[in-house]
Amino acid sequence: MSIYLNKDSKIIVQGMTGGMGSKHTTLMLDAGSNIVGGVNARKAGTSVELGGQELPVFGTVKEAMAETGADVSVVFVPPAFTKDACIEAIDAGIGLLVVITEGVPVQDTAEVWSYLQGKQTRMIGPNCPGIITPGESLAGITPHTIAGTGPVGLVSKSGTLTYQMMFELRDHGFSTAIGIGGDPVIGTTHIDALEAFEADPDTKAIVMIGEIGGDAEERAAAYIKDHVTKPVVGYVAGFTAPEGKTMGHAGAIVSGSSGTAQAKKEALEAVGVKVGKTPSETAELMREILKSL
Amino acid sequence: MEYQAKELFAKHGVVTTLGVVVETAEAAKAAAEEIGGVTVVKAQVKAGGRGKAGGVKLAKTADEAFEHASNILGMEIKGLRVNRVLVTPATPPEEEYYFSFLLDRANRRYLCIASVEGGVEIEEVAKTNPDAVKQIPIDPGAGVDEAKARAIATEAKFPEPVFEQAVAMIQSLYRVFVEEDATLVEVNPLARLADDKLEALDGKVSLDDNASEVRHPDHEQFEIREEADPLEAKAKDKGLNYVKLDGQVGIIGNGAGLVMSTLDVVAYAGEKHGGVKPANFLDIGGGANAQVMADGLDVILHDPQVKSVFVNVFGGITACDEVANGIKGALEILGDEENKPLVVRLDGNNVAEGRRILQELDHPLVTLVDTMDGAADKAAELANA
Repeated sequence: MSIYLNKDSKIIVQGMTGGMGSKHTTLMLDAGSNIVGGVNARKAGTSVELGGQELPVFGTVKEAMAETGADVSVVFVPPAFTKDACIEAIDAGIGLLVVITEGVPVQDTAEVWSYLQGKQTRMIGPNCPGIITPGESLAGITPHTIAGTGPVGLVSKSGTLTYQMMFELRDHGFSTAIGIGGDPVIGTTHIDALEAFEADPDTKAIVMIGEIGGDAEERAAAYIKDHVTKPVVGYVAGFTAPEGKTMGHAGAIVSGSSGTAQAKKEALEAVGVKVGKTPSETAELMREILKSL
Repeated sequence: MEYQAKELFAKHGVVTTLGVVVETAEAAKAAAEEIGGVTVVKAQVKAGGRGKAGGVKLAKTADEAFEHASNILGMEIKGLRVNRVLVTPATPPEEEYYFSFLLDRANRRYLCIASVEGGVEIEEVAKTNPDAVKQIPIDPGAGVDEAKARAIATEAKFPEPVFEQAVAMIQSLYRVFVEEDATLVEVNPLARLADDKLEALDGKVSLDDNASEVRHPDHEQFEIREEADPLEAKAKDKGLNYVKLDGQVGIIGNGAGLVMSTLDVVAYAGEKHGGVKPANFLDIGGGANAQVMADGLDVILHDPQVKSVFVNVFGGITACDEVANGIKGALEILGDEENKPLVVRLDGNNVAEGRRILQELDHPLVTLVDTMDGAADKAAELANA
């Protein structure tokens, strides 16, 4: 078991024929993902060979789903066209929409979020590394070689910290690792992932990685208190970040007292989540928990 | 800044008075003469509380405008030097209101905040009389049409004599918000003047960098380059994501989260080494080729505070051998300019080859350390040497 993505997932790639898209489609195939095709209106009817496989290119997401039974789409299209690509996939009724694209205007994401209300699509991202269920499937850009399958569920705002934490805990492995993205507006949240990991029998413990800015970690803490029975270990990046400076991610900015790493750590600790000061200490806390299970 | 916000207001039909932006006291005097009557001289910096800091003064004559401008230009408000003042006609409001549209991250929609009680002291009103500050959610899909604007004006209780003007202004402000891709459009105060005329007396607009990049090339004009730190300006010219901090250990990493984490780990390690701290945030992103690495090192090595540099890369998609070659190439490009110790930690994709390249290079200033914690400790130790 796993969350959102497994070996039966049939994946299409929007933007498969572009530079990023073709490179990562090949890597997803290496990871064992069942990629069934790509979408590009201008190259409909053609096919491309990636990773030793002949992949058909469809004109629309709807057509691709009808022909292949795809239920997951990974989006690599440039930021100016990401909104339209998402709306097309939502209209087609895709189950899981993983938006890797970085630099999407926040109002575009807000419109997409408004549009998918009441529809059946789950969106992950934008500006995220995507989701990996090791040994089964990868929908995104997380290197599949870092860690194998295991009892830990991981949810993180940051891509490279996802990799770092998977690396730290490669001795135990992961049920699913999901990078939700650092933008101010995102589809799947920490809380959504916590809910799914809580319900997943193969996930025994959860690592939650946050970073400064916003109040998502504080709200996740409140959710953990009432709804999560599995052990959760936390890590928050940005303790030494100065106020009022943007640190790369649009979301990673501290203003005033709310949104600081310290405030997030305290909120998590108040509900019994152990919070590591560094990635290695966080991994150590998780190891102790896994030992006692 | 205020004058820039007002330019965007005027562009979308929001009633406001632009005034004249000047950089010298002489020009302020000339502007006051041209405007005639009583004027206001206002410091233009990206900070609130300008009035309290003495950055906003009423001038009865052009000579007074000269005097105020001389005092205000060059003063510091919240650490920002005032390089410009705005001279506007003094229009004392009968009443002051507050109005804004903003991105509501937590609820993933937009929010309108409006109050007809008090303008400038809105935070105070929000504390003492929260009912007077209306918060109205806006669905990004539906937006604000005339009917919604009417509903907002009604809920905010705009008085009858200015009600229709408020409906029009709300629609214009929403156009500023959407068409300029703002994350905040704020009017404070929104003034009811003596003749029942509604006018945006002061305002603030925050723009979404992503959107500016994708579809608003004209937004570049709003960047005030001279206020940025010179190293930050240099990094920006090279397209690097760099923030100058006050410390001794230069940091280069890939991915915003990992770099922030690196700053923390270095700061903790610094506690054992004379309290040294990270000198900067620098995210070189996914493509860590030789040129990007050289550009990054070039910026960091020109920071006189920097005593050592920590390169922390987790090869996700980027392969570590590319990063190692990037470092090797950067050292060749920089030559003798590289004169500070470099601690490198590589992990992930193709790490063995990456480490081999650096071991073979055997550069006297480069130390390879296996773990992030160990490397941070080494970099802090070297910065304290």
